Amino acid sequence: MKRRYLKQHLFLLTVRGSALLIALAICGFFIFIFVRGYGVISWEFITEAPRDMMTKGGIMPAIIGTLYLTLGALAVALPLGVLAAVYLSEYAKEGRLLRFIRVGIRCLAGVPSVVFGLFGLGLFVVRFGFGSSILAGSLTLGFLILPTIIGASEEALKAVPRTFREASLGLGVSKWQTTTRIVMPNALPGILTGSILSIGRAAGETAPIMFTAAAFFTASLPKSIFDEVMALPYHIYVLATAGTRIAETRPIQYGTVLVLVGLVFGINIIAILLRSRARKTKRW
Amino acid sequence: MKESNHIITTENVNFYYGDFKALQDITMGFEKNRVTALIGPSGCGKSTLLRLLNRMNDLIDGTRVEGKVLFEGADIYDPRVDPVDIRRRIGMVFQKPNPFPKSIFKNVAYGPRVNGVCRKRDLDALVEKSLLQASLWNEVKDILDRSAMTLSGGQQQRLCIARALAMKPDVLLMDEPTSALDPVSTAKIEELIEELKKDYTIIIVTHNMQQAARVSDCTGFFYLGRVIEYNRTDLLFTTPEKKQTEDYITGRFG
Repeated sequence: MKRRYLKQHLFLLTVRGSALLIALAICGFFIFIFVRGYGVISWEFITEAPRDMMTKGGIMPAIIGTLYLTLGALAVALPLGVLAAVYLSEYAKEGRLLRFIRVGIRCLAGVPSVVFGLFGLGLFVVRFGFGSSILAGSLTLGFLILPTIIGASEEALKAVPRTFREASLGLGVSKWQTTTRIVMPNALPGILTGSILSIGRAAGETAPIMFTAAAFFTASLPKSIFDEVMALPYHIYVLATAGTRIAETRPIQYGTVLVLVGLVFGINIIAILLRSRARKTKRW
Repeated sequence: MKESNHIITTENVNFYYGDFKALQDITMGFEKNRVTALIGPSGCGKSTLLRLLNRMNDLIDGTRVEGKVLFEGADIYDPRVDPVDIRRRIGMVFQKPNPFPKSIFKNVAYGPRVNGVCRKRDLDALVEKSLLQASLWNEVKDILDRSAMTLSGGQQQRLCIARALAMKPDVLLMDEPTSALDPVSTAKIEELIEELKKDYTIIIVTHNMQQAARVSDCTGFFYLGRVIEYNRTDLLFTTPEKKQTEDYITGRFG
């Protein structure tokens, strides 16, 4: 009897410890980044370009570049992903084709991001001749987040009650009108949440933009979608690996990390708030 | 029952869910401007038959229909027929009230809007008329902009009826429309059915035999996918011809 109690206690301790460890690791990470990076954050840091071999100045072009790339990725992946999800959830019949598509999407989600980078380099940069540019980078990042968007959208579409579809179809409304007027509007909050979460992913990736969009340094902001841009994750990579005056660039590097983490964190918070609001107004 | 008054007739209809034969050799006529009730124990096929009459069963994969379903003399399962057109003329009210999460007005206006009625004046008139017909107008005329989800269950069901009526159908199919409602709401819906049969043909599936006796002119009793007996309601409930019918309506099984 006693032994069993002991075992139970031990087990509880282990699972609780594991959970606590994860929480501690995350907190430790945030604190580390915050303490190291907080010092350099200033208005100038956010609004100025780097100067003197990146030992001075700010990271404004990288912030702007990441913004462009992320929005571009969303512009590519959102329509494509939502339409694919509509097909999968509303139209596709169980069968070999559907299974093949699903396996494809799952594989896409498992592909290492550097492979996406090489794919983008080969196809968009070289083959299509876009060069290293916002366009090529956005397309590459778009493909990277496509599985997430399809998954989230399909989930959201499937969550719309069958009775809504029946009610609409029973009125003599065609299938595609039912889909566009009843199913999609009701799935929108879920689709948006998924998309916002994937924005965080797109903003933070380095490998896919390394060959397709990111510049080591640009003096001016991009003028068209065919220009190269600086980007936060690549800037961090550059500062960490390519600098010659490491002692002077290190604080800037931590500052950049803090900005990036803050950005992604902020985007996730927005997604969580949106979701909880959608859950409150949802009455089915 | 005179042939000529039948708006819908089924001829030797069999229906399959995959390999399972859910309906067997159904031959029935549904009279115009009458209320026909379909009764029988769960799983007897009455709901299946109802959903077959406006091709709602098409939405389920792996189903198959044999025989003919004639609506005003034309087979609705003819490959040239668009099920969407059929459903416009044969409306449906479901077991659980299923309003859209939109305003009351938008719920009723949805069908007509999709079908091209877009002048505000026409829509207003249509919505008012439909809600009046569903005897809901007096309760909601001042709150048309409120979400339909705020209405009570009985009101929601009448809203669903109004929504179906706004499409100006000829036939209204009702699949146990009061089984999710309290007695007072049920009574209201039953009164409404009495009112509606002046203008519409109504076919109603019900588990409640008193309801069938109260509201319908004809009743069909189903058992294991077959029509056991189909007759005028007063006759079927007072002098059933078949033993099974008598056993069911007297509560000996089911």
